[in-house]
Amino acid sequence: MTSFVQTEFFHNYRRSTSAVVGSALMLAFAFAVTAGPFLVDQNPYDIAALNLMDSYKPPVWLEGGDPRFLLGTDGQGRDVWASILYGARISVFIGLVAMIASCVIGTVLGLIAGFYGGIVDSVIMRIADIQLSFPSILIALFLMSAVGTGVDKVLIALTAVGWVVYARTVRGATLSEIKKEYVQAAKVAGLPNSKIIRKHVLPNVMTPLIVIATIQVGTFVLIEASLSFLGVGVPITQPSLGLLIKNGFDVLFSGLWWTSVFPGLAIMTLVFGINLFGDFLRDELNPRLK
Amino acid sequence: MTVQTQHALLAVRDLRTYFHTFSGTVKAVNGVSFDIGEGEIMGLVGESGGGKSVVGFSILGLIDSPGQIMGGQILLNGEDLVTAGEDRLRQIRGREISMVFQDPMTSLNPLHTVGQQMDEVLRLHSDLDAAARRKACVEMLESVGISRAADRLGAYPHQFSGGMRQRVVIAIAMLAKPRLIIADEPTTALDVTIQSQILKLMRQQIAARGASMILITHDLAVVSEMADHITVLYCGNVVERGRTRDLIETPAHPYTRGLIDSIPDPANRHPRLKQIPGTVPDIRNLPKGCNFRDRCPRAQALCAVEEPQLRPQNASQWAACHYPLQPGDLA
Repeated sequence: MTSFVQTEFFHNYRRSTSAVVGSALMLAFAFAVTAGPFLVDQNPYDIAALNLMDSYKPPVWLEGGDPRFLLGTDGQGRDVWASILYGARISVFIGLVAMIASCVIGTVLGLIAGFYGGIVDSVIMRIADIQLSFPSILIALFLMSAVGTGVDKVLIALTAVGWVVYARTVRGATLSEIKKEYVQAAKVAGLPNSKIIRKHVLPNVMTPLIVIATIQVGTFVLIEASLSFLGVGVPITQPSLGLLIKNGFDVLFSGLWWTSVFPGLAIMTLVFGINLFGDFLRDELNPRLK
Repeated sequence: MTVQTQHALLAVRDLRTYFHTFSGTVKAVNGVSFDIGEGEIMGLVGESGGGKSVVGFSILGLIDSPGQIMGGQILLNGEDLVTAGEDRLRQIRGREISMVFQDPMTSLNPLHTVGQQMDEVLRLHSDLDAAARRKACVEMLESVGISRAADRLGAYPHQFSGGMRQRVVIAIAMLAKPRLIIADEPTTALDVTIQSQILKLMRQQIAARGASMILITHDLAVVSEMADHITVLYCGNVVERGRTRDLIETPAHPYTRGLIDSIPDPANRHPRLKQIPGTVPDIRNLPKGCNFRDRCPRAQALCAVEEPQLRPQNASQWAACHYPLQPGDLA
């Protein structure tokens, strides 16, 4: 057995600037969202810890900046840096959980559609086609206005939007796998369909999903931010990065730019890191691009 | 119209497997009958699209929509597989009847080790515990000529060469001690030098276990070395059937004759290899009368009107031709 460090994958990873930068950004965010609350003194959601006297302090390097508030404060005297750390937890949590839910649901439906074909396939894929003909933000908006707001509702909306891409990818890959003789051989050996799907088809269709899943976390963070910015996302008591931007947006043009711009930069950095790493994975896992 | 053997392990009677497509019904197998006795090897021969593989998959009950078995019987020891339920068929697959595929590069799952893929069959079809299954796998790999079998159980398919993989595929097919093995072009994807090794191995394995085999191939040369008797398919019909030696030496059907003539003969180099003129007709829209008449040098007016039936030519040979070749005839 060769260790991971000796693999071609690791070798290519080290030589790829975008992969190293992307994964460094992702690691930084992983650290920030896990250790975040221990890095700052103030809990931005604890009303008792806020002091209105501290409202709209600019970042430390500007005139009037307060050394306690690195990136300034918002209208309630909330530390922007602390808000970002807490908000990124919500954003990343939503992105990850919605990705996992979409991946599981989409993969199962795609396997069923591809393996059994016929009417089941038609129904699943036509639903997917209809859904793909609308912009995903529109579907999410529509669902949110129907089921209400909250973290769980955002997760439902994102999953409802996100499963389609997995279902289509898995169905296509399944169709090409089940033509291969090893699947026929498994049937000839007398294996039940459920076992053939789990043990033979699923492992062989998973590779493209890794790339989709990675990139999708970034996409979901952005959609969630858009929903929250439009006011149908997470509640004000659990502000995500998108909601932070919205909260600062009202005063953005009064010169109090920091409350919106810093959360915006945080989202940008996070999605940028995810996409850089996702691009590397796509090149690495697709033998045709090598 | 059948050659009766004393102990027919498998008896196929008037099998009809049709595919319903938008452009018409494809009668891929249209009234095929044959018998295979215990320990016999039957060659199933024909051109591409002749329905050979469909016969194999029909026997296993693995015809997928839009295909459908429209009629006939497939009797395994007297039990009709056409009317058997899916649960019963799943018991039979792998245990009573197994299959060796054409391309060993794709007939093993690339993500599981050889040992896992062998174990899977035994877990399904035997009551052995893990240690006994492992022992059985090692013995089977050794018997198909893979050295250091115990070590190779942990190897992945890509670590084997094509010929070695086909040995593994044969080992998997033999594991549950099936009584019938359907080999669908088992050597077509292999190097010529490996082909004869694999054929020899298969014959040994069959003989050692007293199993029977259907050898599906387009290569009459392969089948003439292996089979006890041969069934020639053309457009889903049996056109000729007989004991191997008789059929090769004195073919009665002009199509069989054409297949034999198109085997390259290294001792007698013709400037150009003989071939059967024309192509297989569109099977969705077969002409009236004999399907082969447009390509047949002996066709006459009757061939366009009446479809020939299988008729005995001599003690062991049957042919479906109005004007069969006689021994000594030159095509």
